[in-house]
Amino acid sequence: MAARTATAPGAPTTKLGKAGYEIDDRLIVAGPVRRTLNKVFPDHWSFLLGEIALYCFIILLLSGTYLTFFFQASMTEIIYDGSYDPLRGQEMSIAYASTLDISFDVRGGLFMRQLHHWAALLFVASIVVHLLRIFFTGAFRRPRETNWIIGVVLLILALLEGATGYTLPDDLLSGTGLRIISAIILAIPVIGTWAHWAVFNGDFVGTEIIGRFYIVHVLLIPAILLALIAAHLLILVKQKHTQFPGPGRTEHNVVGNRLFPTFAGKATGLLFVVFGVCAALGGLVQINPVWLWGPYNPAMVSAASQPDWYVMFLDGSTRLFPAWDINLPGDYTIPALFWPTLVLPGILFTLLLLYPVIERKLTGDTVSHHLLQRPRDVPVRTSLGMMAIAFYLVLLISGGNDVVADKFDISLNAMTWAGRIGLVLLPPIAYVITYRICLGLQQHDREVLEHGIETGVIRRLPHGEFIEVHQPIGPVDEHGHGQLAYGGAPVPKKMNQVGAARRAIRGFFSPVEEPTAVEIDQRAEGRGLSAGESDRELTTSGRPSEGGRPSDGGRPQDPRD
Amino acid sequence: MSTTNPQSDAPLADAGTPVDRARARRRSKHRRRLANVAGLMASLVLTGSLYSVIAPAQAADEGTSESAAEAAGRELYERSCISCHGENLEGVPNRGPSLIGVGEASVYFQVHTGRMPLVRQEADAPDKPAVFSDEEIDQLMAYVQANGGGPTLPSGDLREGDLAEGGELFRLNCASCHNFVGQGGALSSGKAAPSLESSSDLEIYTAMLSGPENMPVFGDNQLTPEEKRSIILYVQTIDDMADPGGAGIGRMGPVAEGLVIWVVGISAMMFGIFWMGSKA
Repeated sequence: MAARTATAPGAPTTKLGKAGYEIDDRLIVAGPVRRTLNKVFPDHWSFLLGEIALYCFIILLLSGTYLTFFFQASMTEIIYDGSYDPLRGQEMSIAYASTLDISFDVRGGLFMRQLHHWAALLFVASIVVHLLRIFFTGAFRRPRETNWIIGVVLLILALLEGATGYTLPDDLLSGTGLRIISAIILAIPVIGTWAHWAVFNGDFVGTEIIGRFYIVHVLLIPAILLALIAAHLLILVKQKHTQFPGPGRTEHNVVGNRLFPTFAGKATGLLFVVFGVCAALGGLVQINPVWLWGPYNPAMVSAASQPDWYVMFLDGSTRLFPAWDINLPGDYTIPALFWPTLVLPGILFTLLLLYPVIERKLTGDTVSHHLLQRPRDVPVRTSLGMMAIAFYLVLLISGGNDVVADKFDISLNAMTWAGRIGLVLLPPIAYVITYRICLGLQQHDREVLEHGIETGVIRRLPHGEFIEVHQPIGPVDEHGHGQLAYGGAPVPKKMNQVGAARRAIRGFFSPVEEPTAVEIDQRAEGRGLSAGESDRELTTSGRPSEGGRPSDGGRPQDPRD
Repeated sequence: MSTTNPQSDAPLADAGTPVDRARARRRSKHRRRLANVAGLMASLVLTGSLYSVIAPAQAADEGTSESAAEAAGRELYERSCISCHGENLEGVPNRGPSLIGVGEASVYFQVHTGRMPLVRQEADAPDKPAVFSDEEIDQLMAYVQANGGGPTLPSGDLREGDLAEGGELFRLNCASCHNFVGQGGALSSGKAAPSLESSSDLEIYTAMLSGPENMPVFGDNQLTPEEKRSIILYVQTIDDMADPGGAGIGRMGPVAEGLVIWVVGISAMMFGIFWMGSKA
């Protein structure tokens, strides 16, 4: 090293460069860092859904850590003496009292609590939306089955994390939820009672459960979540991200932006959007006002006691399932609760976990895929997905059916029966409708490829017939039929998408270009049907969402009747 | 009575001949008939005189001391209530319950919240703007109170109680139908526990006293007047209290929160990823 001088070729001259040089000299990281920063990520808005969940998790870790400074997970009964007047003098657990203190006596405590809770709801919601994107585009196919399974496990853990967190404040709402958790554990055949004793260290409610849930909530599950998220991302980087089919995209390349600076810029921007939305909700919209719920007392229960939305589908299944206890000889009972709260989610999550395997078995498709599919091109999978969504939505709405009944003045009994009938009828209806829509969209794509885009120009032929002029989007055969094959990419359906209109002024909120300059710029080049020159062939879509711009999507061809 | 008993003839066995015996039997039959008639007459007289002691006295009472308010109330009753509650407040089967003994508290609650008079028979009576003026309600209350009595309106400060105790009593007795803070909730078959949001102190108090529709009666031996006042204090304090966490979203708990995160949160996120996704 001593041989090097500041003037040697390639040697750093700036202060920053020298510092970087010194670091690389010791750690030898320049190569890997360069490789990482140059890594290319494909560009599509829906690929950012998973990132929302990741950023929510970061918010949850930060706000949760702040809350642990003040929360005391103890079920010891005390007399409340804090600043919330309507509860002063009431007997309550230290857990509930410390939650009240966080809400009213800790600086920024209420905001942190609300931020934590909103971020938790958004965390699970964004996981679900991310999962739907993966499902409907076939991103779980070989070689990505492992990441699918990790993702589903992350979802299940997120539900458990949410349920334990919901229980911690020990208010009347969470205590009612805990009572139901206790009943579900008791409903397990044969081992139910033993399992309950193991979890609660005795009968409901005991003195241990909040402390146990606390350590599960702040240490066990978050640690597993963190490890699995790391694995999820490492596998993603190793296997490379999938991409939608489009110009220049194959199974063997990745078209997109480098990690640095473009993708890093987008990711950072989204991070701030997620932080901003969660902070706005936490500061402006009240969530889980535990002071209104009151301390938990097993003698009390309120109308409209529900779990958070991500567990509500199990509440719904419980409300819809008939009260069919199975009484076996010898004093054994399988309570009705067992089926909707343990068997049903067991089946649902098993199907979800194994879906990649199931589809592989059914289709016999064991080839590696890196290009995504459009939902319309796989109608069976898309319809199955919509069927599952319909099933889930009926359960979800039934979970709040008393609130729906009350607010919309519907009979609660009618809601229950509508849920029971809907649970059976709606999923097949959703399947059939989705299947037909998929086929219709496919046909429309193929029709446009064959006959061209409808221009809206009506021409009258010499013998009086009126026809609409169609714009072919590729070379045509002797019959005037397009020769382009469908490649799984969006097909332009409007003339504007192939450059008939002038390019839009760029800018999301406000124009970032001078409109007049763009106008002058574009007046120089012809446009639409008048621009007869076919200097470039349009072979694929030029939609902005596919990375291309209409202006370089090629000029339209000669119009054809 | 012993004369009407056939067995009382038995001691007459001293008459030796069958003719004597037959005559004696005939005579005793005759006597029995006479006695029956006398007994009937006596009981009729007794009933009649008893009736004359009790019933006309009441009628005379009503006739003479009905106040002007009660008379006006009767007129209102006969115009608006009589078809379902009957000519004498005794109720009409399948239409309306008896009002005897419900007291002015019940009348106040039902009429002041607009539940009565009913528009149509349905699962339960919805509250609506009151049909009668306060003065008319007072007259109806006087009429019903005068005919059968019952719980009367409380007096004094209805919020004179213990706030925290009121909260505990509310959660114990009321929350199972009216929700944690009185937002109301659904009951079976289209019935519902109403929201307490815009209820007055007196409406809440009289509802507890009279137990309208599906609500149980909370008499003074179940909840003492002081406890009732504590509950009212709690309900109204919480109702007036601002939400320290921001928009209250109906104080409904997880259903409203789930709706907000999907409608507001996920929409905002979609906007965010479209925005970031469209940046080159």
